[in-house]
Amino acid sequence: MKLKSTLLTSAALCIATGAFAEQHAEMTESPVAGEPMSDEMTIVSWGGAYQESQLKAYVEPYLEMNPDVNITWDESSAEAVAQLRAMNEANNLTWDLVDVTAADAMRLCDEGIAMEVDIDEIAAPAPDGTPASEDFGEDMLVADCFIPQIAYSYTFGYRTDVDEWNGETPSEICDIFDTETFPGQRALERRPHNNLEWALICDGVAMDDVYDVLETDEGVDRALAKLDEIKDDTVWWTSGADTPQLLADGEVVFGSTYNGRLFSLIEEQDQPVEMMWDAQSYDLDGWIIPAGLEDEQLNRVKDFLWFATDTQRLADQAKYISYGPARASSAPMVGEHAELGIDMAPHMPTNPENATNAFVQNYEWWADYRDDLDARFQAWLSQ
Amino acid sequence: MSSATGPDAFTGATPDNAIRDADRAGKSGGAMLAADGTPLKASLAKSLRAQKLRALALIAPLLIFIMVTFIAPIADMLFRSVENDIVSQTLPRTVVELDRWDGEGVPDEQTFRALGADLMVASELKNHTRLGSRLNYETTGVSSLFRQTGRDVDDLGEIYADQFIDLNEAWEEPSTWMSLMADPAWIENHEAWAAQEDEDETPEPRFRVSPTAQQALPRTARLFSQFATIIQTEDEDSPTEEEPWNIVYQALYEDLTGGYDAGAYGGDIQALLANAAEAAASFEQMNVRDFFVEEIDEDWADPQVWGTIEAFSSPYTAGYFLSAIDMQLTPQGIEAQPEDQQIYMLLFQRTMFMSMTIMISCILLGYPIAFLLSNLPLRTSNLLLILVLLPFWTSLLVRTSAWKVLLQQQGVINDILVWIGLVADGNRLELINNQTGTIIAMTHILLPFMILPLYSVMKTIPPHYVRAAKSLGATNWTAFWRVYFPQSIPGIGAGSILVFILSIGYYITPEIVGGTTGTFISNRIAYHISTSLNWGLAAALGSILLAFVLLLYYLYDRIVGIDNVSLG
Repeated sequence: MKLKSTLLTSAALCIATGAFAEQHAEMTESPVAGEPMSDEMTIVSWGGAYQESQLKAYVEPYLEMNPDVNITWDESSAEAVAQLRAMNEANNLTWDLVDVTAADAMRLCDEGIAMEVDIDEIAAPAPDGTPASEDFGEDMLVADCFIPQIAYSYTFGYRTDVDEWNGETPSEICDIFDTETFPGQRALERRPHNNLEWALICDGVAMDDVYDVLETDEGVDRALAKLDEIKDDTVWWTSGADTPQLLADGEVVFGSTYNGRLFSLIEEQDQPVEMMWDAQSYDLDGWIIPAGLEDEQLNRVKDFLWFATDTQRLADQAKYISYGPARASSAPMVGEHAELGIDMAPHMPTNPENATNAFVQNYEWWADYRDDLDARFQAWLSQ
Repeated sequence: MSSATGPDAFTGATPDNAIRDADRAGKSGGAMLAADGTPLKASLAKSLRAQKLRALALIAPLLIFIMVTFIAPIADMLFRSVENDIVSQTLPRTVVELDRWDGEGVPDEQTFRALGADLMVASELKNHTRLGSRLNYETTGVSSLFRQTGRDVDDLGEIYADQFIDLNEAWEEPSTWMSLMADPAWIENHEAWAAQEDEDETPEPRFRVSPTAQQALPRTARLFSQFATIIQTEDEDSPTEEEPWNIVYQALYEDLTGGYDAGAYGGDIQALLANAAEAAASFEQMNVRDFFVEEIDEDWADPQVWGTIEAFSSPYTAGYFLSAIDMQLTPQGIEAQPEDQQIYMLLFQRTMFMSMTIMISCILLGYPIAFLLSNLPLRTSNLLLILVLLPFWTSLLVRTSAWKVLLQQQGVINDILVWIGLVADGNRLELINNQTGTIIAMTHILLPFMILPLYSVMKTIPPHYVRAAKSLGATNWTAFWRVYFPQSIPGIGAGSILVFILSIGYYITPEIVGGTTGTFISNRIAYHISTSLNWGLAAALGSILLAFVLLLYYLYDRIVGIDNVSLG
């Protein structure tokens, strides 16, 4: 749980130093400055509020500094792995920089489709001189190709106006399985990730042992048996927008999704929904550079990344979306929401109060077991 | 599509008839000759061929376009369902050594040495993780095993490298290795290249290993040549400046201790080798098998892992097709998947069943509409036709999401039912996230594909047939059933084929409204294409689906007759 502790200390630090001090760190020139660079760059991201936060936090500032550069967006991150593989096989690479989740980065790295990078050559050191590799920390650098940006989490939101609950509010993960006290439909993701972990935790397995138990057939049986308790009360979602919609329509009273989606549901759309942070599951998102870029193209990407992943820029991103910056040094600089003007720190998944009982998805483990468990999970769902 | 044209239907002077006449004449004795003296048959065939070529040339652009953009990609994708050369290409030495393995226990030291060499090369080329993900489809855990091994494998042979270098520092020098391994012709080329002024302009000539080295030190030569190639292609460095990998020293040790014939080389090199061969006999040894099992990962002692490598070592495999029908290829042979992982047969059955249901509900809903449209005055029917076509002009996603709003438990339909008191508030109907949802939404989306062919066929049925039937005493029902309906069957046929084939391949709508019981096989194919990257399995599932459709089409042709299909 090192990721948690690094994030926690940095977040604690942010409270101690006063989170609002906007420091403008000295910008260092990128190592490729002065070399020939292409003026065209295609960035692939997720679209929506997340891409907007990237645009505001570092793409627009970068374009101001480099007015000749022309950036094209492609909102294909959800299919990035398959598309990159197809491009790689056809030897026709049209993307320069791709935003993917850590698990996808690992897969692309394994397939040799993403370029292996030395993080200290790609990302600037922290303002106090700490090398990027230490500033991000080992737990963020999950694959040799991965350049982290943010930590987000899968967590639960619940409606605050359910009459049948008689004034009780859920406060811990196992309340999901308690249909007596908290009747109503739940929304869970239609894949095994997180669901199996949560089920085991509520079946009495210690958080640290979850993956050891899941490795055995009995462990999976146990998790599925636990999920059986609520199977009839569950709507299974596939897209991150499903749960907020289901919660807003009153279709479900409880639902897991990305914490940023819940933030916008609660704070921006003002719905009667609250967060339940207990046993939130951290996941990471970041950049990969596709393998095989031309030199000029690669220089442009490196120049951009040097700027876009520095301490100040990652902190700026948190003004637009409630995802935690991947650098420890960015945490103290997280300020207020750009439009709502509310303090963002309490809405970060990494905020100490929210992170008291959190876990990090084990990517390497899932890379091994994903296909088997997915087959079992889908078969279980179909029964 | 009724075929009344075709050359056979014509009598008189058509080229085909002339050929036939010529043929008959030929059989009955004297050959018929054309004006220039050649047999008439040959000269006709020639002119006919010219005509056919011209026709072919006219359709060639379209044909080429379809071949390149449609048939070739599909064929390429389907070919992946049997293609499996990744194992034998990434682990060439290991696959050969594994032939000797009896499938029991852990393979011998020699196999592990081959594995070490293969994985060293693979990890430099970054192929080992790709192989790991491939084999992980078959045996869980292989993916991280290969990833882990790739990290540690460059320690392999370090002990020999140290001992050779301790013995004589010349072993550290790239120049020693060059004189030992490089082809003399290549060295000449290389010197000429190095003497150039603008070295950067032309690439270094590709390394070539000398036949002498291949003869005298086969293992070392093979590995060194791979090392040199990778240094040149991957790292863009020169083998003349790099110390070889540790494992090259291990190969050298194996060559020197395994019946080395010193006669091949001359001069300094011979002395160096002779000295090394003598010393190598008393070198401290390293057990590669132990290194793999104890240092890297104990899973290397698992016969299951080795069995998987062996079972998938041939360049073509039935493994994907077996997986696609809930079987698996194991070291022990073909067996069924564990019951709790069987999903594909279920999904195939469900896809067929639901496509049929959707097709039938489209017929039931579409027939009366088409009937109405074809019997209304043109002005009204055109207006109504626009309403039928309207869904075509709306995005598929919008339509599907609209169904979500309508069908969900707190949705419009349930609200109305509760309001008029048909359904109790606590007992709202489940109309979405199950098969019902998929059937309703897909029937709506595919309905125009049924109505349009029906409408265009019904438009051509002359109304006086029904009037004639009635005037001869038929009731309304008899007139419809015996006279009108049989004439509309070609429209039903065309609509059914369209709707059925389209619905078999649908995946966005079932994904959004299908929940867990209303998804199709195509959702699984999409998962394997975009999430698990198991394209082989996706291709196998796709091939089966394609074969299914062709089979159904064939049966349809046999039972109904494809001539009975009309789009108008």
